Amino acid sequence: MHGNGNTLASLKRGQRGIIEAIDATDPQVQRLMTLGLVEGAEIELASSALGGDPMEFRVFGRCISLRVEQALQFTVSPVAASTPSRGY
Amino acid sequence: MAKSREIRVPANQIPVSRRVDASIAVVGNPNSGKSTVFNRLTGLRQRIGNYPGVTVERHVGTIKVDDRKLELVDLPGTYGLSAHSFEEQIAIDVIFGRIKGTRRPDGIVAVVDATSLYQGMYLVQQLLELECPLVIALTMTDAALTEGLRIDVDALSRRLGGVTVCPVIATNGQGIEALRHAIAALPDELPPSPDLAWPELTAAARQVVEVSDTQVHPVEIERLLIEGAIDANKSVLAGIGSRAEDALHRKREELFGREPPLAKEARVRYRWVRSVINEVQHRVPVYLTWRSRVATFMNRPIPGTAGLFVVMAIVFQAVFAWATPVMNLIDSASASLGAVVSVSLGDGAFASLIADGIIAGVGSVVIFLPQIIILFLFIILLEDSGYLARAAYLLDRAMRSVGLSGQSIIPMISSFACAVPGIMATRVIPNRRDRIATIMAAPFMTCSARLPVYALLIAAFVPAQKIGFMNLQGLVLLGLYVFGIVAGVLTALLMRKTALRGPKPPFALMLPAFRRPNLRTVLMQLLGRAKVFLHRAGTVIFTVAIIVWALAYYPRSDAIAPFVAAQQQEAERQLPIGDLEAAYADIDHRAAAMQLEQSWLGRAGHFIEPVFAPLGWDWRVSSAVIAGFPAREVVIAVLGTVYAVGDDADESTLSDRLKSTTWPDGSPVFTLPMVFGLLIFYACCLQCAATLAVIRRETNSWRWPVFAWCYMTAIGYTGALLVFQLGS
Repeated sequence: MHGNGNTLASLKRGQRGIIEAIDATDPQVQRLMTLGLVEGAEIELASSALGGDPMEFRVFGRCISLRVEQALQFTVSPVAASTPSRGY
Repeated sequence: MAKSREIRVPANQIPVSRRVDASIAVVGNPNSGKSTVFNRLTGLRQRIGNYPGVTVERHVGTIKVDDRKLELVDLPGTYGLSAHSFEEQIAIDVIFGRIKGTRRPDGIVAVVDATSLYQGMYLVQQLLELECPLVIALTMTDAALTEGLRIDVDALSRRLGGVTVCPVIATNGQGIEALRHAIAALPDELPPSPDLAWPELTAAARQVVEVSDTQVHPVEIERLLIEGAIDANKSVLAGIGSRAEDALHRKREELFGREPPLAKEARVRYRWVRSVINEVQHRVPVYLTWRSRVATFMNRPIPGTAGLFVVMAIVFQAVFAWATPVMNLIDSASASLGAVVSVSLGDGAFASLIADGIIAGVGSVVIFLPQIIILFLFIILLEDSGYLARAAYLLDRAMRSVGLSGQSIIPMISSFACAVPGIMATRVIPNRRDRIATIMAAPFMTCSARLPVYALLIAAFVPAQKIGFMNLQGLVLLGLYVFGIVAGVLTALLMRKTALRGPKPPFALMLPAFRRPNLRTVLMQLLGRAKVFLHRAGTVIFTVAIIVWALAYYPRSDAIAPFVAAQQQEAERQLPIGDLEAAYADIDHRAAAMQLEQSWLGRAGHFIEPVFAPLGWDWRVSSAVIAGFPAREVVIAVLGTVYAVGDDADESTLSDRLKSTTWPDGSPVFTLPMVFGLLIFYACCLQCAATLAVIRRETNSWRWPVFAWCYMTAIGYTGALLVFQLGS
């Protein structure tokens, strides 16, 4: 896991972030990368299920759900709400 | 407009080059509108077969433009050339021409969703490397605009080395004609040659091909470099020879080092995708619609979960309440038809066959068509609107506590309609252990064939009281559905703790955006389902009804006619004229019962009665249950026949007749504990040959269907026994 506590799992609902680094050892994470969750992608927490797990993210115009344990493998840097969305 | 025409070739003989000019594969991401485009292109005249050896549906249609006839194959959706499910593997095998008896497609239609160019371009880029003529169908451009995305089609075409890009709106057919012509031109076209996204990989693959012993496509070597020696690549690896294998290992080392190859591929290819999107996609201002406001609200955990339960409650309430008027109509129609036949044909065996056998038997099943249509309508609507995937997401945590993942939800919800498509839907589950545990749980879900049995018994024996906004009958039905879910989930848990122990299942799910289901597609699916149901009623149930009627009608006893005559004389002597009619009816009834009891069916029922006696069943119920093992809805037809035989085709319905059935001592057979026991038995038993067959096919072994059958029957019997013995 990566040092600075900002992972996908720490985003608030409606908050956006850019994926900075990924720990790709888990094959599940590699699968998510194949689906488009790679460094540089802009991603927003859309919702979470009861208890906060799994979480739903909006990314490149699609919605994808991840469990917290996978979300922890993605380090993000938050984007200010005023910045217009790139969409991918 | 060019007319499409059906070609009649058995589905497994794919090389149809004698009949058509070329074979074109339709490829795209799941939910990209691929099937809608395919349906628009080929019209209704398409064939559905299976890929050899597997149960994945193979949709093939033909299009004809001018003098040219092309075969179009609709492939299962995939995100790329690395498979993560069984269906994705099929799509990839077709693209590489690895399916037995097929060759590589002559051209590709890549369906790309304009609202998700990012994922679409990833696949397109891999397809471009195949050096196969290709046309892009850009769907949902209208939806993209409302989301604030405008795509420069010409720029996209230029960026991809001159590939034709056809924007289409599949829902209204806009752009389909242009696409049709572009497809027809494909076989004459040269493959596109865009800039390579990953020149190092392509070069490495070409070098391996040069030293290979067999003819192999460089893209297949690319897959080997990235994925290694997984099952899908074994056949390629086996042929290339030791020199190429050495080269392969060297190149793999050079390209990836310590980075996981799949991760590297995603990083490199999405970098290219981003550069394409920067050039061709422009953002326009977008306004917040009421729909997105609602979506934002429903994304909160509590409203989202509450919404799911409201949706499910509405579905079950509708199935019971909305169908009733139509069902009453069918019921009285079948009863009066039976009466008319009896009156006009008289008393013989033929009249009995028509009225008691066929009309009563088939009618008692057809009556449930309205409920089944309503149920399927909801399931199809939930699926097409994208809500089922959301249910999987909302329930993942709950499913995890029983050792499954949210992905098991979709097969289970589909199983409420029918376990057969439900079990086939388990193919999206990548892990075999999770998949089999789900397959074992799916037949417990209350399918549409159980519904008639439930509905009949509930309508007859549960009072129609109001409790809150729901009716008591509706609540009992809901209870049975819940029972099925609990039994299925506990089964899955048991399996995951014993025979199918293993690591926690992974979970990642694309959640499709909510969209209004296409009316045409919904109606087409609904019609197909109604047809399957009526076809079964017209063949299987029709046949069983006749067989059961014959078993109940023969052998005719010689002793009964003299008995009736003697009894009638006796009555005439003893009773006043006014009471005679009632006495005659009573005598007929007893005569009918005597006849039935000494018939083949009666004898068989008596023979097995001891087995079911502890459950409180008489020989009639026992024989109906036995007859229901190949297909559970048959039981209604059997009860209809058994209880109609010998009746004066009066207009009393089956449920009235059940109520008046008594043991020889006059106490009712259908007591509440017995009825609930029977319901539990039905909720558990695997009385469906089609489900057993599909379990056999999907697990590729007899072990699982045999186990499922024994397990479920044992639970059903024990449950019914407990309920009856404790309740009485």
